[in-house]
Parts: sequence; C-alpha cells; structure tokens
Amino acid sequence: MWDYSDKVKDYFLHPRNVGEIKDADAIGEVGAIACGDALRLYLKVDKKNGNRIVDAKFKTFGCGSAIASASALTEMVIGKTLDEVEKITNQDIADFLGGLPPEKMHCSVMGREALEAAIANFRGTKVEPTEEGAIVCRCFGVTDQKIERVVKENRLTTIEQVTNYCKAGGGCKSCHPDIQKIIDKVWEKEAKPVAAPAKPKKMSNLRKMHLIQETIEREIRPVLMMDGGDVELVDVEGDTVYISFRGSCAECVGSKVTLKSTVEAKLREFVTEELAVEEVNQ
Amino acid sequence: MKRILYVDNNATTRVAPEVVEAMLPYFTELYGNPSSMHTFGGQLYKKINQAREQVADVIGASPQEIIFTSGGTESDNAAIRGTLEANPDKRHIITSRVEHPAVLNVCQYLAKNGYEVTELSVDSQGLLELDELREAIRDDTVLITIMYANNETGVIFPVEEIGQIAKDKGITFHCDAVQAVGKIPLDMSKNTIDMISLSGHKLHATKGVGALYIRKGVRFKPFILGGHHENNRRAGTENVPSIIGLGVACELAKKYLPEEQTEVRRLRDKLENQILDTMPNARLNGHKILRLPNTTNISFEYVEGEAILLLLNELGICASSGSACTSGSLEPSHVLRAMGVPFTAAHGSIRFSISRYNTEEEIDYIIEHIPGVIRKLKDISPYSAEIEELELKASARNS
Repeated sequence: MWDYSDKVKDYFLHPRNVGEIKDADAIGEVGAIACGDALRLYLKVDKKNGNRIVDAKFKTFGCGSAIASASALTEMVIGKTLDEVEKITNQDIADFLGGLPPEKMHCSVMGREALEAAIANFRGTKVEPTEEGAIVCRCFGVTDQKIERVVKENRLTTIEQVTNYCKAGGGCKSCHPDIQKIIDKVWEKEAKPVAAPAKPKKMSNLRKMHLIQETIEREIRPVLMMDGGDVELVDVEGDTVYISFRGSCAECVGSKVTLKSTVEAKLREFVTEELAVEEVNQ
Repeated sequence: MKRILYVDNNATTRVAPEVVEAMLPYFTELYGNPSSMHTFGGQLYKKINQAREQVADVIGASPQEIIFTSGGTESDNAAIRGTLEANPDKRHIITSRVEHPAVLNVCQYLAKNGYEVTELSVDSQGLLELDELREAIRDDTVLITIMYANNETGVIFPVEEIGQIAKDKGITFHCDAVQAVGKIPLDMSKNTIDMISLSGHKLHATKGVGALYIRKGVRFKPFILGGHHENNRRAGTENVPSIIGLGVACELAKKYLPEEQTEVRRLRDKLENQILDTMPNARLNGHKILRLPNTTNISFEYVEGEAILLLLNELGICASSGSACTSGSLEPSHVLRAMGVPFTAAHGSIRFSISRYNTEEEIDYIIEHIPGVIRKLKDISPYSAEIEELELKASARNS
C-alpha cells in the first residue's frame, strides 16, 4: 500500500474544486485513459485584473495521488496571476501535499503540464507535446524534450527516477538506453548534480577498490553462483583488475572468454570506464 | 478499530482458529527438532508425517509425494528449477502469459539464461487454446508449467487435458494450484499432472508454508541444498508449527469443500450479478462458468482502480485491483492485458475474492456501497459523459 501523506488522503477523499467551468477562459488537458491517468483543468481568468485566476476546477481520471495533485493545484492557483502560477513546478505541487511517494511523482508532473497547457490555451500558443521533439517512450508517448525537462528540473540521475516522474520507460523498457543517453547528455552539459551516481571521474585507489569489490559482490557473483560458478577478486593494480574464476566457471574453458568480458563490462558500468580485467590462475 | 470486510482471499486468508489452536503447542511445548535423536525432538517427525497425510488427502495423493516448502513461490521455483536440473539436455519451456509472477518471472529469467520459453496466449475470456499448446511442443521441450486457476480472474484451465498432452510427449507438467486447492476438488490419482504447488496462507493456514506435490517417478533434483530433510528433496529444518497448521487447514479444506461450491459460490454470484445488473459501466473479466467459485473480477469503465480501492478502504472493504497504480508498474495487470481487456476498462478492475468466513450481510453491505463509490469517482472523472452514455444505453435496454 502506498504511504500517502495525510494531506494527500484528505485531498483525495475530499477533493476541492471538482467540476467544470462552462465559460472557462482556459482549458488544459493532459494524459489519456490508455496511460492510466488524465486531467482536464479549467481556469477562469480576470483579464482586467492582471490576468488573475479567479476560479479553477478540474476533472481527473486516475489514482488517489492524481486526484489529490489536481485538486491541490487548483487551490494553489486561485487568486494568483498567470505570470505567478507559471513558475509553479511539479515539486511545488508535491510539497503542497506534504510529499508524494517516489513512484507517484508523475502525478505532480501531470498537474504542472495541465497548468502549462491551460496557460498556453489562454495565450493562444497551443502546446502540442507530442509534436515537440521525438517520441522516446512509445508505451506512454513521452518525448525526449519532456524527459530532458523532468531530468533537469528534478535533478534526476537514474532511469527509474525518470519513470517515476514521467512514466517514460515504464512499459516495455526498450527505450531505456535512449533515456540513459538523455540523462547522460543533460549532466554532461551542465555541472554534475549533487546526487550524481557513484562514478566520479577521479577517485582514490581506496574508493576504486571498494567499488570494484561491491560491484563483484552485488552484480557479478550472484549471477555466476546461480550456475554453480563463482569469481574471486585477486588484486587491483592501477586500472587492471585481476580475478580468478571458481566452481564450474573455472572448469569451463569455453565460457571464460565471455565471462571475462561480462565481468569487465559490469565493472566498467559501475566503477569506471578505464578498467581492464585480467584472469589469473590461483 | 473500524470494521473490516475482508474480500481479498486470493491475496491471503484468515488463519482458521482450529489451525491456530493446533499450532500453539508446537511453539510453547513441542519445540524440538524433528531430526534429533532424542524423543523430545524426534517424536515430531511423526506429527509432520501426519500433516503430510492430511495434505496428500486433500489432493488425492500419497504422502510420499508431498514435500513441505516455505510457500507457493518456493514450490514453483523448486518445481521449475528441479525439473530443468534433472533434465539438463533439454532447453525449451512452455508456460502461459497469465501465470503468477512466481512462475512467469522464473521463466523470463531462464529465457535470459540459456533456455527458450514459449508463453501461450489466452482469449478475451482468459481461456487457453490447447491447439496452441500442441503446436508449441518441440523435441527439446522439457517442462510445461501452467496454473490450475488464475489468481486475478479465477479462470480455470483444462489442466487434466494438458497433463495428458504432456504425458503423451514425455514432458513434465507442473501446475501452480495455489488458488485451486481448497476451492475446487483435486484428485491426483485420477489425472496425470506431475507436480502441483500449493500455499498455506491461501487456504486458511499461515504464511511461510506450502507444499510441492511430485508424482512418484517424476525426475526432480532438489532446489534448496543442505541437510537430509524431506527425504533429501528439500533441505532446511522443518517449520514444524506451520506444517502442523497446514495439515489441519487441508483437513478443514476437505471438510468445507462442498460449501465452496454452494454457499461461497452463491455469495459470489449475488455480489457479481448485483453489480453487473445495476452498474452500467461494470463488465466481467474472465469466463463466467469456467471459474473458481469464490472469485469475481469486475472492471468499472472510465474510473480508476486504485481510487476505487482507496474509497472501499474507507468503508473497511478490502479488495484488490489490477490497475497500474496499485502495482507501481505503470501498466495494468499482465493478465488483463493478455486477455485484451480494452484500456477503458483495464485500469478500473476490482477483484473480490470470498471465503467461507464471509457472511451474507457483508456481501449486502458491499452491494449497497459500491454505487456510491463509483458515482463519486464518476463525478471527478473527465470521462463522465462516456459513463452517462453507457447508463443511457442500459436504461434503453431495460425499458
């Protein structure tokens, strides 16, 4: 069961501003029933008063947090000008609700998108998200631009986070390499985010040793042990990792070549690109 | 504490009071190790074998064909891995797209590690096509693993026919019967299924205990290695209290089996028919006849399942959903997708699974409160116009 905050529960059980505005000045519509959630946001804007939002209503198809996020959004925008609400981020919506479970952050993103769509609708600058940029995730119709944006705005560093925030990669997973490329591109251009993954360019020998050992324990040994094999870390000299195969792996000459490259690939993925693996007999 | 109406018995069940009572002495007094050479521990061996007889009895097996495990998931893993290990020269496995993750994820793992897996499809009512199975069989097919009854829809597969097809071709057939045991009669002496998984907590025993039936003569290698327990087929000191409990639960299951077909089925049908008759956006998922007597899976079109569950939860009603949001996987249940349930309905599925502990009054309470829950979400939904269209159609049909 999701660990929803009391405020999320309250806004779900007693949603504020449900409904439609018949003579709305702006309507923002995002999501689709096929994707599991959809939101239609209605705004009544007082043009004589600096484009101030005098009323907001919503209709949502979706889970508890989707309904709560939409309702929270309406409360956040009423009484403010369009210029003011333009600055609202998905994190603001999540914060207003006392936080959302990580897997549900996409609900707050949907709120922010509906608001943007409504503002664009008001200004006559139609937002067509699917026409901006190329579709990366076909299962949920998410474009590279949208992924890039959630990555930047929320300082995301993993594919899993991207999925939590905008659903991309949550279906068949075939787009995962493309999402990874977008994440890499974003953080290559800018300075690395604070919570960067554990792959710093420069690392002490001690840290490197530690990461190598950790990767072998977590990523490599369990797989080998499944087939009665094993691997042992013998030594590390500079960027050369010396390993020794055990169990069925040690006897199997044919698979050693493949195994060596698998171990190398894993270590390069999780520690540093510079690593090379050498096998020693012990 | 608020009142709880528990209609989620395919997820887990209430432990029968008789089971608890039978287990208690094995925590407090008879806490020995059955493998011990002293009477204090060693006497428990007899008790375990008594439980083995009780388990064997409910599925028409002989006690030597039962090994105790930690539950349905272990039984499934052991059956699949144990069969492959015992037949190392064959690399092809047949399963279905609607299996429980305890089978499906094992098969998908194996598919990435040197095996080939064929996943059979199901039709819109969740039924298998046996010709597809026949065509899928190859010379190197080592294992067919297909469930007895589906946990989400309750749809029952023709496992006896599958057993015959497998036997004719010399292929091991494992059947995950976790949802079937205790709900419908099983008789292993009258079919050719090679292995059956069953789980304690699905039939009013405790969590963390289960059993694997392995027909005499079927090739199998142990999955968990260690001591000589369970006749060298499953290592690990026996979970004595839970095994005793499972035995009693199986005896009770046999006793109450007729009630499943009558009273439980009657309550399920009442709940289902009332909802389908009065809610225009409700539709049944799964075949209406070929089904467990306790399960109903209903989709409410244009409303979302997690939201329904949360509102039911406020009323103390415990059910489950195949919606994407409840799983955290972003996509609706793999079972409903395999059945091709339209996306307008796939996100709004609710499963009610009844047990012999449910009362008529509870079912009436649910029937009374469901319309309000759906109406509330309909009012929030941007698709309320679509629901109203369904309502109009329904009233035109009725008038």
